Amino acid sequence: MDSIIAAFHWFVSTFPTLSMALGLLLLPLVPLIIGVAMYVWWERKVIGWMHVRMGPNKVGPFGLAQTFADVFKLLLKEVVYPANSNKTLFLLAPLWALIPSFAAWAVIPIGPNVAWSNANAGLLFLLAMTSMGVYGIILAGWASNSRYAMLGAMRSAAQVVSYEIAMGFSLVSVLILAGSLNLSDIVQAQAGGKGLFDWFWLPLLPMFVIYFVSGVAETNRAPFDVAEGESEIVAGFHVEYSGAPFAVFFLTEYANMILVSFLAPILFLGGWLSPIQGWVHADVAWYVDWIWKGGWPWLFLKVFFFATAYVWFRASFPRYRYDQIMRLGWKVFIPITIVWVFVAGCMKYFGWVTAGA
Amino acid sequence: MSFQLICFYAFAAITVGAALAVISVRSPVHAALCLVLTFFSTACTWLLADAEFLAIALVLVYVGAVMVLFLFVVMMLDLDLDPLREGFVRALPVGIVVAVVMLVEMLGLIGVRSMQLPAPPEPAAAAGMSNTSWLANALFSQFLLPFEVAALILTVAIVAAIPLTLRRRTGTRTQNPGRQVMVQARDRVRIVKMAAEKPAPAADKTGETTP
Repeated sequence: MDSIIAAFHWFVSTFPTLSMALGLLLLPLVPLIIGVAMYVWWERKVIGWMHVRMGPNKVGPFGLAQTFADVFKLLLKEVVYPANSNKTLFLLAPLWALIPSFAAWAVIPIGPNVAWSNANAGLLFLLAMTSMGVYGIILAGWASNSRYAMLGAMRSAAQVVSYEIAMGFSLVSVLILAGSLNLSDIVQAQAGGKGLFDWFWLPLLPMFVIYFVSGVAETNRAPFDVAEGESEIVAGFHVEYSGAPFAVFFLTEYANMILVSFLAPILFLGGWLSPIQGWVHADVAWYVDWIWKGGWPWLFLKVFFFATAYVWFRASFPRYRYDQIMRLGWKVFIPITIVWVFVAGCMKYFGWVTAGA
Repeated sequence: MSFQLICFYAFAAITVGAALAVISVRSPVHAALCLVLTFFSTACTWLLADAEFLAIALVLVYVGAVMVLFLFVVMMLDLDLDPLREGFVRALPVGIVVAVVMLVEMLGLIGVRSMQLPAPPEPAAAAGMSNTSWLANALFSQFLLPFEVAALILTVAIVAAIPLTLRRRTGTRTQNPGRQVMVQARDRVRIVKMAAEKPAPAADKTGETTP
C-alpha cells in the first residue's frame, strides 16, 4: 500500500500538468459511471412498479447494489470471440461507441459557465460527437461475422443517420433564438422575468417534442429499439458480445440516454434556471434561494424527469415497425422541422422572442 | 518546441499515415476506417489553427454522415478487390507523376502566399469574435448570393439524384404505411353486443365446499 502511495506521489510531482488533466478527466466520468449504475437500478425498479412487481430488492438496501453485482459478474465473464470474426475491430467497436459518448460530456454545463470546456462551438461539438457513436454499432455488427448482428447494425445506422437530421434542425432552431452555439449562453438566453414562459419550449414546442423523440430514436431505445429487436433479430448488433465488451456497450447506451436527458432541459427547459424566475425576489438562505434564483438542483430535477420518461416510454409503448420508424423520421419530423426553422427565423427577425430578457 | 507544435506534428503524422493506409490495406472496410481516421486527424489540425467551425463541420459531415454511408455500402457489397488491384503497379508511374505535380503546385501556392509579407492578421481575431460567428457574418452578408446559389445547386442535385435512382419495379407488393397509420379501430374490429352467458349451476360438485 505504501509503495502505491509513494508511486502516486512520484507521478503527481513529476507530471503535475498531466495528473491535473487526468484528474479533470476523471471528475465527470466517475459520477457519470455511478449515475449510469443508479439509472439502471431506477429503470428496473420503475418498470417493476409499472408491471406490479417489486423490481430488484435483494442485493443491498432496496436492491441498490444489484447493478454493481451485475457489472462485476459481466467483467469477470469470459469474452467469447465468434469464429472468423475480425478480433481487432470486434474489440475496437465498443470503445469506438464509448469514447465519443464520454467526450460529449466535456461541454455540458451544470451552472453558469460551469463546464469542463466552455467551448464556443459547444452545440456543434455535441452533434459531431453523437454522430460518431454510430460507428461502434456498425463495426460491432460487421466484425461479429453474424447475420443478426449485421442486420441490427444496418438498421441502427440508417435510423441514427435519419434521425440526426431532424435532431440537427431542432438544434438549429434553438441556436437561431439563442444566437449562440455555447451551451451556457443558450441557457442564459432563456433567463427572464416571465418564469418558465421565458424558456424555449414555448416558441419551439414542436421542436422540443421532436428533439426528445429523436433523442430516444438516436439512443436506440424502446419504442425505437429495432436495432436490438429481440423478437426479430435476437439482440441485434451486440448478439455476439459477452463479458466486458458487452458491459461497455451497455454503459454507452445509458450514458447517451443521460446525455440526451441533460440536453433536453439545457436547450428547451432553461437548464439550471428556476421555473419561477422573476416572480419571487427574496433572500432567505442559500439552501432555499435556489428554488427561485435557479441552480444545479433544478437542472438535475429536470434531468431526472427526462431520464424517467425514457423508462416510462419503454414500459408503455410497443415497438415501432421498422418502415414506420423511417416514415416518421423522413416524412413527418423532417418537414415539420424545416418549417419550424423558418418560423424560428421569423420569431427572431421580428423580435417576437427576445433572448435573455 | 511548444505543446501546440508537438500536437500539430502528431496529428499531421497520423493524417499522412492513415492516408497511406487507405490505399495500401487489403480490406476495403479497413481502408474506409483509415479514411475516417484521416478526416478526424485533419479536423484536429484545423482545430489547432483556430478554425473550429471547419474542423467540427468536417467531423460532422464527413465522419458522421458520409463515411457512415460509405462503410454501409462497403459492408453490404462485400467487395473483391483483387481484380481492382491488378493494375496497381502499371498505374503507379502515372500516379506518382500526378502526385508530384500536385505537390509542386501546392508548394508553389504556399511560396507565392508567403512572399506577400507581412501576413494579414486573422480576420476573426481582428474582428474580436469567434471563428464561427465571423464565418456566419461573412457568409450571410458579404457572400449571401454565392451561398444561396450553392444551396440551390445542392438542392437540385439532391432532387436529381432521387429520380435517377427511382425505378418502378413491376410485380412487387408494397404496403402503404400512411394508410396503415391512419387506420381506426372500427375498421378492424367489430364489437357485438350480446347478453352474458351464465353457465348452468353444476349439480355434481357436491364434494367441494365454497368459501
